[in-house]
Formats: sequence, structure tokens, C-alpha cells
Amino acid sequence: MERKRHLLGLEGVSAEDIQVLLDSAETMIEISQRDVKKVPVLRGKTVVNLFLENSTRTRISFEIAAKRLSADTINLSGGGSSLSKGETLADTARNLAAMSPDAIVIRHPSAGAAILLAEVLDCPIINAGDGAHEHPTQALLDLFTIRQAKPELKGLTVTIVGDILHSRVARSNIYGLLTLGAKVRLCGPPTLLPPMFEHLGAELHYDLATAVRDADVMMMLRIQRERQGHNFFPTLDEYARYFCLTEELLAEASSDVIILHPGPMNRGIEISSGVADGPYSLMMNQVANGVAMRMAVLYQLIIPGHDGIRGSEIPERTPTSATG
Amino acid sequence: MNTETQNAARRILVKGGHLIDPSRDVSEKADVLITAGVVEAIDKPGAIPSDGAEVVDARGLFVAPGFVDMHVHLREPGYEYKETVATGCLSAVVGGVTSVACMANTNPVNDSGAVTKYIIDKAKVAGLANVFPVGAVSIGLGGEALAEFGEMFEAGIVAVSDDGHPIMKSSLMRHALEYAKMFGIPVIAHEEDLDLCCGGVMNEGLMSIRLGLEGIPSVGESAMVARDIELARYTGGRLHVAHVSTAESVEMVRRAKHDGLDVTCEATPHHFTLDDSAVAGYNTNAKMYPPLRTERDVAAVRAGIADGTVDSIATDHAPHHRDEKASHFDEAAKGVVGLETVLPLTLALVRDETLTLERMVDALSTQPARNLGIERGTLARGSVADLVVFDADRAWNVNATELASKSKNTPFDGWEMRGKVTRTIVAGRSVWEDAA
Repeated sequence: MERKRHLLGLEGVSAEDIQVLLDSAETMIEISQRDVKKVPVLRGKTVVNLFLENSTRTRISFEIAAKRLSADTINLSGGGSSLSKGETLADTARNLAAMSPDAIVIRHPSAGAAILLAEVLDCPIINAGDGAHEHPTQALLDLFTIRQAKPELKGLTVTIVGDILHSRVARSNIYGLLTLGAKVRLCGPPTLLPPMFEHLGAELHYDLATAVRDADVMMMLRIQRERQGHNFFPTLDEYARYFCLTEELLAEASSDVIILHPGPMNRGIEISSGVADGPYSLMMNQVANGVAMRMAVLYQLIIPGHDGIRGSEIPERTPTSATG
Repeated sequence: MNTETQNAARRILVKGGHLIDPSRDVSEKADVLITAGVVEAIDKPGAIPSDGAEVVDARGLFVAPGFVDMHVHLREPGYEYKETVATGCLSAVVGGVTSVACMANTNPVNDSGAVTKYIIDKAKVAGLANVFPVGAVSIGLGGEALAEFGEMFEAGIVAVSDDGHPIMKSSLMRHALEYAKMFGIPVIAHEEDLDLCCGGVMNEGLMSIRLGLEGIPSVGESAMVARDIELARYTGGRLHVAHVSTAESVEMVRRAKHDGLDVTCEATPHHFTLDDSAVAGYNTNAKMYPPLRTERDVAAVRAGIADGTVDSIATDHAPHHRDEKASHFDEAAKGVVGLETVLPLTLALVRDETLTLERMVDALSTQPARNLGIERGTLARGSVADLVVFDADRAWNVNATELASKSKNTPFDGWEMRGKVTRTIVAGRSVWEDAA
């Protein structure tokens, strides 16, 4: 039976599959550095970018990635699509599928939306962020960026700071990092860092100074300003007082620490400008690597001959009985 | 011939079965003779001559008072595309449920005598299960102004509830408990603090973290149970806690009963069978309020049923159209159908020795009838002949598409079940018989 080829999340994706994608991105980096940044490997293929939640960076990154591989791209966003006319997500997707795209990239505000599409459609589905669930290509590009800077992911201490509860970036990174053998520390106020995260295999910290100590990688998450109104923390000022990564705090980290941020960042809130613009910050590398990583994902999923990356296969409860 | 004369002519002898009637502490082989819609005689096997009566062969089967489901959504008026009184009643009798109490969240809301009467009339036309409407506590389920309990009571309601719309206003709950005393009816409470549960779509726990879904904390339920038990203590009103789902809630009800308060409590088969792992893969048929909780909560609910803290089992049968469940999880309708699977799921508790068969029938028939103050849940001589015959061992597979309910939203699709209703009799009339 042919395996469906999707990238729905990093939970359950094997280290081998992740390595294949990271290695593949390595070769894509080179394409982006050429004078003519285009190769014909996806010529004649169509990639639909279905972005039903605001996104600039990710959508553009996917679009550039597809174009560099010579795929045709169609962009659909919430406002102008038939979803605003009352069509259901599954029906929109079926209609798109009837036009035979070779992959659908979906960004949606609700968790599970990419999985829903994968259940309904045959074409490869790439999750570009579904609610607070997963954002696998972001985590892959983060892993790729770390791998560029460090010889070995295994054994590294990676600290993720911020609104862990609502973060799909954090979730995908937790899965990917743990699978590749890194140690993961999570840090934030208890309102945004429920104890259940410990069961995923991460260490929890409410104190940034402790969480920074000897860390090899600091990954700062964007704090959503709208959380302020829901009493997750009193004010952005107080949030910054406890969770803003400053140069002073960074002195406690490993001497060759690197700083990641998925963007867009709030200067002076989760990260000081000194850190953001400092020598350890790899944020612009992340953006550049994002294109290569997404080229790799598109290539690996669309071109036959690969086994595909399934991801996020949370097994259905096996048929059960009440026969006692 | 009208129904009355038909019933007068009809005599049924249920023969050779094992009779379980918790209302009289009976559990023994016995024959039951029904005449003119009531139980005329109960005697040792073979002692009652058939005398031309229709004989129902119940050898190897159990005979019990028809099940009373005090928590059902029949959806009519207003949502006939999900269920009608007729299809809901058919679903009920297929599951052995001879009486249903139907919730008020119809359109229009059942907050008036006119809607109450409309539902009762529809049920009479359907002629299957008995339907006892539950009136709204507040006008339009708005949670602000008390509905006219008296007008609805005179039209036939047996309880009041804003089910689906937890009563956030404590003074309204207090007054409802007080005012309902005038009619001797219970206030059925859907216990969720909407402020704490705000935005949640599944139990808050490791599973909600993994799925990235907004969680509903268990304290959202137990905090409201605590409030309402204290209000019941203060007012002396009759409180019925609907679909209890957390260990803490069960424990508080246990203490309330110990304290002698007029508090009763139900649990649903989904809450005593499934935990929140059933949501894996964003299974929208595992979405309901209150949500499926943890293994620990499931165990506590089971223990509560066993010791009588949770006196009744009710399904919270909540039909929804396929399209309303085909959505992504956040948006999908909440609730599951349950009338046709309540017996085998409860029998599973008997097989794992959580319950005795007698306690099972007590929880399915006798206790809920008492809670509602309706003369059902008993097969005492002279009582209305609502009766169910079931095979406790028959194996069958749930196929959602074959359910009698208009809606197919069951989390148990494909499950292998043991235990099946073979005959349902309502007021002496055989309304359903298993073809197999």
C-alpha cells in the first residue's frame, strides 16, 4: 500500500526521517546562493498555499521555496477564499484537490486542521502551523540552524522561553529536539507553562536565570500581546522583567551559546536589542534556512521514490470492545 | 380502535425470564403477565396460564423495568434535521429505554407550557417511549430570568434545567432551587463554570497539551458542583447533578448525600467508559461537555455508580448532523448519541464486577424514575407495564450508520458490544422487538 506523504507534525517522526530532511536542506542552501536561484526539479508541479490565518514570513518562505524549485504556486488566504462564503474547510480542500495540486501547504488557526485535510485528501499536506498544535517546518529550520552552528545536536541543552502553552513552535521543537537527543528546558511563568509539559520529556523552569545556565541554545518565543488581557501575566513590562533575555543573563549560558527566535520579535519584551543584534543571534540565518528547509520538504514530499514523512500520527484508539 | 381499547384487549405473558426489579428487591426467575397496559400478575415460572395472551419467550433472558433516561436531547422543535421526537423515541426503545426526560434546549426553548405540550403531543403521536419534558430554568436559557415553572409544570414537565447553558448567576440558581420546591421537582444542573472553562474544547491535561487544543480544567466542574451543593444545603432544594465527570465532583456528591442533602447524580456511559485519549486524532465524536476526563476520573465515576453516590445512569443523548461533526475540532458540535449503546456499556461494568446486575437495573430504571418523581422504574403489581427484555451476553458490533437515531455521532462506532435488548414494552404494548 502506498504511504500517504504528509508533514503534519514532528511528534512521532523518526530521527532518520528528520535527518533526511535536514540533509536535503543542505543541498538546497546552495541553490539559494547561486546567481540563478532556480532548479527545474518541480517543474510542472503545483503547490497550493492555503493560509487561513495571518502570516507573512511563513507564506512568503513557502512561496519562494516552491518557486526556486520551479513549481507553480497558488496562494489562498482566509478573506478572499470561499471559506468566507461559508464553505467548510474540508469542502474547500476537496475543491482544491479536484484541480490536482501536487501539495497543499496549510496554515490554520485551529489545531488538527492539517490532519483533517490529510484524512480527506490524497495529495501531500504540509502543516504550516495549526493552532497551538504543531509547526513542523519552523522546528526543522530551527534544527537545521542549530546543526549549522553546532557539530552535534545530541547532548545539547536547548532552552525554550515564553508562552509555551499556546506555542506550536515550542511543541514541534520539543518533539524534534528530543528525538535527535538534545535536552530541552522550558521556561515561562506557570500560567503559560503547565506541569503537563514535563510528561513530554522536558525540564520546566520558572526562573530564566536557572534556565539559561550552561544552555547551548536559547530559543526565545514571541509573546503575544493579546495574552495580556487574559491575565496570563500582569503586564508586558512585568513579563519583560522576568523573561526578557538580556546580555547580562546570557553571560551564564554556555560560552558559544546561540540565540534563535522564530519572529516576529518584540524588542525589549522577550529579547533585548543587545541580544537580538548581538553576535550569537542567528535569527537571519533562520529566515534564510527557512527557504532551504521548505524547499527540502516540498521536494521530499512531492517527488516520488521517497518514503515520505508522515508525522503526527497519533494512533486512533484501536477498535475497542465493551465485552468485558 | 383507539389506544386505550387496544391496550385493554392486549395481554402479554413474559415467560421464563429472570426478573430484576430493584424497586421491590426482586431478582429471580418469574413470569410477568401484562393486561390493559399494567402489570397484572407476577409469579413463579409456569404458574401463570397463558390463557390466550401473547407469550414472550424470555428463557435465558433478563426482564426488567424499562430504562428511564433522565438526560436526552430530542431536538424537536427546531432541530429536526438532527433528531425528532419520533426518531429519538425509536432510538430509545431500541436501546431498552421506555421513558426519556428531554432537555429544554430546543428552538424555541422549552420555557413555556406551549412548548412542553407540543413535545408531549409529538410523543403521543410517535407512540413509542414515554416523554417527560424538562423545562428551562431561565427564559430562553439566558441565565437571567426565571422561566414560568408553574405553567410548564401544569403542562407536564418533571424537572427544570438549563442544560448546556450552565447557570453562572448564583442568585438565579439559588432561587431556582427554592422556587422548584413549590412543585416538588428537581433542578438538574449542568455543572461547568464557563469563566474557568472559557474557550476549552477538551479536558485540560497531557492530551490537550499534545493536541494543542484549549483545555477545560476539571476544577471548572467541581467548583460549580461545590457551589450548587452548598446552595442545596442552604435552600433545602432538590439538586440533581447532571453528567458528573470528575473524581472531585463524585466525592463532593458523596459527602452531600452523607450529609443528608436532597442531592442526586447521574453519569453517562461515555464518561464511565472513555477517557480523554479517545480525542486522539481530533476525533470529533469524542467532543462533548463536560469533556472526557482522565483514567482516574473514569475510575472515580465507576466507583461512584457502584456505591450509589452516582445513583443514576443517563446518556446525554445529543444527536448532531454529520456535517456538524465533520469540521475541525474547535468548531465541531459537542455531544454524542447514546440511547442505543447504554445497555451493553453498562453491562461491561457488571462483567468487570464494578456493579451487580441488580444495581445496574437500579441505576438505569428505578433511581432515575425516583429522581424525576415519575411512576416508572418498577414492575410492582398494578404499575404501568414498561418493561425491557435483554440478552446480557449477545455480542454485536456497533455500526453507526445502522443506528435508529437520525444522527450517527457515536464514539463507539465499530466497537464490539455484549448485551442487547430483545424486546421493549411500553404501557403493555410491544414497541420494539429484535429481529435477530
